[in-house]
Amino acid sequence: MAGLATTVGSGAMTNSILDIPQADVLLVTGSNTTEAHPVLSLQMKRAVRQHGAKLILIDPRRIELADFAALHLRHKPGTDVAVFNAMAHVIIQEGLVNVPFVQARTEGYAAFAAAVAEWTPERAAAIAEVSAADIVQAARLYAQAQNAAIFWAMGITQHTTGTDNVKALSNLALLTGQIGRPGTGLNPLRGQNNVQGACDMGGLPNVFPGYQPVSSAEARQKFAAGWQTPLERLSPTPGLTVTEIMDGALSGRIKGIVIMGENPMLSDPNLHHVRQALEKVPFLAVIDIFLNETGQLADVVLPAASFAEKEGTFTSTERRVQLIRAALPLPGEAQPDWQILTSLANRLGAEWEYENPGEIFAEMAGLTGSYAGISHARLEREGGLQWPCPTLDHPGTPILHTEKFSRGLGLFCPVDYIPPVEETDDDYPFILSTGRILFHWHGGTMSRRSPGLEAIAPQAEVEINPADAARSGIADGQAVRVSSRRGEVIAAARITSRSPQGTIFMTFHFAEAAANLLTIGAVDPIAKIPEYKVCAVRLTPCQESV
Amino acid sequence: MTTSLLRQSERIVHTTCPYCGVGCQIDLHIANGIIYRVDGRFDNDVNHGNLCVKGRFGYDFVHAPDRLRTPLLKEKGDGARAERAFQPASWDEALNSVADQLRHLRDHYGPDSIAFLTSAKCTNEENYLMQKLARGVVGTNNVDHCARL
Repeated sequence: MAGLATTVGSGAMTNSILDIPQADVLLVTGSNTTEAHPVLSLQMKRAVRQHGAKLILIDPRRIELADFAALHLRHKPGTDVAVFNAMAHVIIQEGLVNVPFVQARTEGYAAFAAAVAEWTPERAAAIAEVSAADIVQAARLYAQAQNAAIFWAMGITQHTTGTDNVKALSNLALLTGQIGRPGTGLNPLRGQNNVQGACDMGGLPNVFPGYQPVSSAEARQKFAAGWQTPLERLSPTPGLTVTEIMDGALSGRIKGIVIMGENPMLSDPNLHHVRQALEKVPFLAVIDIFLNETGQLADVVLPAASFAEKEGTFTSTERRVQLIRAALPLPGEAQPDWQILTSLANRLGAEWEYENPGEIFAEMAGLTGSYAGISHARLEREGGLQWPCPTLDHPGTPILHTEKFSRGLGLFCPVDYIPPVEETDDDYPFILSTGRILFHWHGGTMSRRSPGLEAIAPQAEVEINPADAARSGIADGQAVRVSSRRGEVIAAARITSRSPQGTIFMTFHFAEAAANLLTIGAVDPIAKIPEYKVCAVRLTPCQESV
Repeated sequence: MTTSLLRQSERIVHTTCPYCGVGCQIDLHIANGIIYRVDGRFDNDVNHGNLCVKGRFGYDFVHAPDRLRTPLLKEKGDGARAERAFQPASWDEALNSVADQLRHLRDHYGPDSIAFLTSAKCTNEENYLMQKLARGVVGTNNVDHCARL
């Protein structure tokens, strides 16, 4: 979310699920919304079917939303910036810029206009393998709409150019003023129930809760006082990211890792590398509800509570803070994670005394301006609240940036097209893209334990275009070996025109055919997100069954 | 049929779906110690009663027989850690073992020799405590989670 933080000052969905049907145009890109965010996609369908909104889909795959789209640009994976820059070019060329908005609320327009001057639709069309006329039409639809909203997910961010992709989308909203009203905005859809919250809480190497930088002396003084901890203990140096932590374990710089509620052995790119790192690190502790692939490698495993056995809050993709409540007793001796962390901190010399998660929330809210007006008691009374919610009588904020941007003026950021790190060649002629399906979720730890969901989607599949399958001698349902420069897996062929020619698709839900054995460790230089959406692979039909 | 099932529920607990980031509001129907039915709630601006297939039917994991029930410690030995077996341990043994190791690493190699991976699946309160532990107790900013992944 580093892209949005730069351009508008806040890396979160600007608008709300409830106002989606107020959009006249929806631009959805890099989000298979009906499978990854099914209930939110209902509002998109409603906007199209009941309110006549036009849906522009920019996605290589013919996903279900294509059935609702007025226009579908099936661009080559990794060429997003070229398409968005060309849309900006058209908007400027055809006089569709919202001049009063650009003058009053943005900066950097001149440099941006100069940068996209070369990005003719024809040039982008040649790179992205779409028609120039479709780029022109997409630009006109978006710019001329009364209210147009942009939605994206990991299809935009999981690239080495992920931050650039987000900036390129943000430029479109700034150019047209499609932000700050119902049915508009820049809306990244967060994939996990509490990604937004984990970021908000400072689960990032460079910020305290509320995105207060660790490099700020003022922030360190505030947290040292709030936590009653010596100021000199709070380091001003940003820490390492997940990918850097794994590299650090291999190089010997990192000697101990504590992992809570994550399975990097399935979710990280280039799994062989992760396994080596976690095997090598001298000490590994894991807090989880299952003994997963990561826990198997640990020295100590601590049994935690599931969402149904503890109290607390999650913050959803639309910045909405909502309660979870304990419905069941804990299994065996398992403990809620907050109790485990408290016991551990106190053994390391801290004096934490939390009776319940409501007290932890209150401490956090006292140090985090955007959460200051929220408490468990208020959530109990009123239901979910959207941050920023600075005071106890504040109703929460459904739409960000209505009067001004979090950073003051919206910043145009010229970005150039950079091809994916790994391009196809004679040895590895197909692009592999990864993602989710409706019936499973992430590493499958939760969904694959449901017999019903397993019955519908029991095995890993690889989606292959019919022309590619014919050329490779692969039949529907046949076992196929998918190999990259990093590893290989076997999955069942699913021959379908959902995948464009030259691109295959796999999920990362299945440990027995983990797509991340294939993916590349290359990351976006700023956000450090790995390039899950593009790597080069080869397909070999197998004789044995899957 | 529906009403007779509803009558059996001992408790209905209003909570938030644990799958994707949409934040659907759900009712867990509890009977005989299990979640036997899940409904979408209507009294909110998020899901209006709707749920997806995972949000409605994907809760068997809570009751899975392989849920962890006790702390586990790797047996001592010379072989690779990944190959050695786990033994059940008491909370005191397990927590002391983690604390001793972290204290040792911090004292010998400095706080930045330790890293913490917090979780987009855990609550705000737990994420807050994890980074407070890393920053305020151990003294490192090596704390991250898989939002970027």
